[in-house]
Amino acid sequence: MPGLTSPKTRRTAGARLAVVAATAVLPLALASCTDNANANATGATDGPIQVTSTDTECKVSAAVAPSGNLTFAVKNDGAEVTEFYVLAEDGLRIVAEVENIGPGITRNLVLTAPAGKYTTACKPGMQGDGIRADFTVKDSGKQATADADHQKLVDTGVTQYTAYVKDQTEQLVAGTREFAAAYAAGDAAKAKSLYAATRMHWERIEPVAESFGDLDPKLDAREADLEPGQKWTGWHRAEKDLFPPAGYKALTAAERSAISKQLVADTGELSTRTRTVELSADKLGNGAKELLDEVARGKVTGEEEIWSHTDLWDFQANVDGARIAFENLKPALEQKDAALAKDLDAKFSALQAELKTHAKGDGFAYYNELSKDEVQQLSALVDALGEPLSKLTAAVVL
Amino acid sequence: MSGCPFGGGQQPPADAHSESSVASPETTDGVTRRLSRRGLLGLAGVGGAGAVAGIAAGLLGHDAIAAAAAPPAANDSVIPFFGDRQAGITTAAQDRLHMAAFDVTTEDRAALIELLKDWTAAAEAMTAGRTTGATGAVDGPYDAPPEDTGEALDLDAGRLTLTIGFGASLFEKDRKARFGLGGKRPDALIDLPHFPGDALEPARTGGDIVVQACADDPQVAVHAIRNLARIGFGKARVRWSQLGFGRTSSTSRTQQTPRNLFGFKDGTNNLKAEDTALLDEHVWAGAGSRAGEAWMAGGSYLVARRIRMHIEIWDRTSLREQEGLIGRTKGEGAPLSGGKEFTAPNFAIKGNDGEPLIGMDSHVRLAHADQNDGVRMLRRGYNYTDGSDGLGHLDAGLFFIAFVKDPRTHYVPMQMTMAKQDVLALEYLKHTGSGLFAVPPGVRQGGFIGEGLFA
Ligand SMILES: [Cu+2]
Repeated sequence: MPGLTSPKTRRTAGARLAVVAATAVLPLALASCTDNANANATGATDGPIQVTSTDTECKVSAAVAPSGNLTFAVKNDGAEVTEFYVLAEDGLRIVAEVENIGPGITRNLVLTAPAGKYTTACKPGMQGDGIRADFTVKDSGKQATADADHQKLVDTGVTQYTAYVKDQTEQLVAGTREFAAAYAAGDAAKAKSLYAATRMHWERIEPVAESFGDLDPKLDAREADLEPGQKWTGWHRAEKDLFPPAGYKALTAAERSAISKQLVADTGELSTRTRTVELSADKLGNGAKELLDEVARGKVTGEEEIWSHTDLWDFQANVDGARIAFENLKPALEQKDAALAKDLDAKFSALQAELKTHAKGDGFAYYNELSKDEVQQLSALVDALGEPLSKLTAAVVL
Repeated sequence: MSGCPFGGGQQPPADAHSESSVASPETTDGVTRRLSRRGLLGLAGVGGAGAVAGIAAGLLGHDAIAAAAAPPAANDSVIPFFGDRQAGITTAAQDRLHMAAFDVTTEDRAALIELLKDWTAAAEAMTAGRTTGATGAVDGPYDAPPEDTGEALDLDAGRLTLTIGFGASLFEKDRKARFGLGGKRPDALIDLPHFPGDALEPARTGGDIVVQACADDPQVAVHAIRNLARIGFGKARVRWSQLGFGRTSSTSRTQQTPRNLFGFKDGTNNLKAEDTALLDEHVWAGAGSRAGEAWMAGGSYLVARRIRMHIEIWDRTSLREQEGLIGRTKGEGAPLSGGKEFTAPNFAIKGNDGEPLIGMDSHVRLAHADQNDGVRMLRRGYNYTDGSDGLGHLDAGLFFIAFVKDPRTHYVPMQMTMAKQDVLALEYLKHTGSGLFAVPPGVRQGGFIGEGLFA
């Protein structure tokens, strides 16, 4: 992990994701959406439909649009925070929304709308029914796919991933106990042999684990991430002691015992909290992307395991976690963007194949045994995968 | 990243955005410019081998040039070198940077003073658009290397400023005073603490003397550092240097807010030259509490941090997340609480989820004066790209430069907060170089840079 040392930080970031998840739609203007830029080319207006929300009015520049991807550019010209909704004909079901638009700010709402009758609404002050108007989407021949089925596939994927997280956590707890016992007992050889393999369970579920901002630094802080006065505990503390650099002064038995105890306790706490964590499709998608970012930032550069050089174990585990998330979402993704699914499949395979060339026994070569060319090759494949993977969330959720 | 590449956001609008008045140097015709760079020839008089020998011995540089100094050309490409304060701090930020930190290789106090005198003379000449030395690039003896390297011959002064500062290691090394400067190290010139996530490379960190060269033309800035380095051979050696392009902050209301490599406007809330009272409060150093540090009155402290940005990873981040991390919109640069670029952020306004529109972990909030005991700084950073890292990623980011009254109150606490809480800093930035320097007040005609230190 990079330097996730702030509880507040990660919790807030987590909260932000949760909010996104609560709405059925991710209201983003994304280049990856097919043809949203010209959604209205055949409609009454060119470009996005302009919506101006004031404290008393909700002006929508067109009342009719062709089916397909629509973009509403919602400008808040009022004094209060506003929201904009596209509702189904019944005025109850929310088709899409964009929330939390500060005064003076413009936000795009992109959605895929089948032909039919709709209602638009601005909600200045974010309260009440909002200022509503009728809106019609005419059949353009580009029919948007219906979604009950899609949602089911998404839900299944999320359920499967939740089970995966639980399983990995349980293995992490068991592995940590064994590692900690060996380490505390001064059995360095055994502890070293367990170090990288046990950490893989952590690295596979890292985005979930990191969402508990207070536990992450306790378990996974690197020495460079510490702030003055911060107590250093967790895996990397033990790493330095087990794979000591020149001139390093070994910990005492009592110190090792304390580190071990803390590691087991913190991992137990993680497991407890993980049981009630609520996942959602966007968390899977963003989590997969974050795992690849972790690889690009810390593992492929050898910065994560600076003393043990077991970066490739972490690398593999991060890729595992990303791939499982992708595969769980794949049936839903195939409905929306089959080409992206195929591309991701191919790029995961290519990266995995390259990684496999560095396998040694049950594990991998040490990072400092890799040649520069080999590191470059791995890095190139991570980038090749990272780029399309960053489109996964929007493709599935939008 | 301290003070942040991206401004906090409470700048009163004033006439903030008059693009038209961005200063751009008039181009004079080639002949005039060339003459100005060569203008010393006639005045130096002596010429020939004697002058060359004099310069080589470091005796002539200062006095000859000071005596000869013609009034600066009436040309708005020239920013005067002499003054109460050094140029290059509140000067409207130029487009390009070349900064170099030097290690002084002599331990002789007289040699150091001589170096500073020679640098002063050369700096005055180059900022005025002239060549260094008495005979410049092409008017010296045929059998001697020219005194000026010559690559700026056909260019005008380019609004060159040279700003010089002193690192802690000039005052003491291994706890022993150097150059008879015992007791002269200002209390504010601290050793910066380790900030979480720092990955400082020794070869990009520290230094006895720093020279910040800013100009509108990169060749002019590089020429300046190159010639100072040359003059310094035998007394000072470049420890690290950094090229920057694309200023990432405005230091005057006449300038438009530029963008950093994340694509966001940077420096919206920066202190500006026009804010004289705020500059007194936050930028200009006082006389300190001991007699030994009084020489810094009217100076400032320069913080330099080389901040690598993981731009490839950033580019894969959704616009929602990018804006959330910064706390501003990407297009206009308005705070997410509403308004336009220069609207003050409202940290209290909440969305329907009960969370503030400007997130608790957003860069704007963490960097804002309101969250930092009202403390502000004058930032003068530049984008940089130093090629690639061998893994297909640009070695690119922000070369952060800030001038502050006292780093203990005006830099360290904010940077500590950022390094701990700013998700942007945690996931997208890495500090790879660092320096803190005491920048003395300006030089009066006939004086030399840092003169007060040796008084
Ligand atoms: Cu910043």
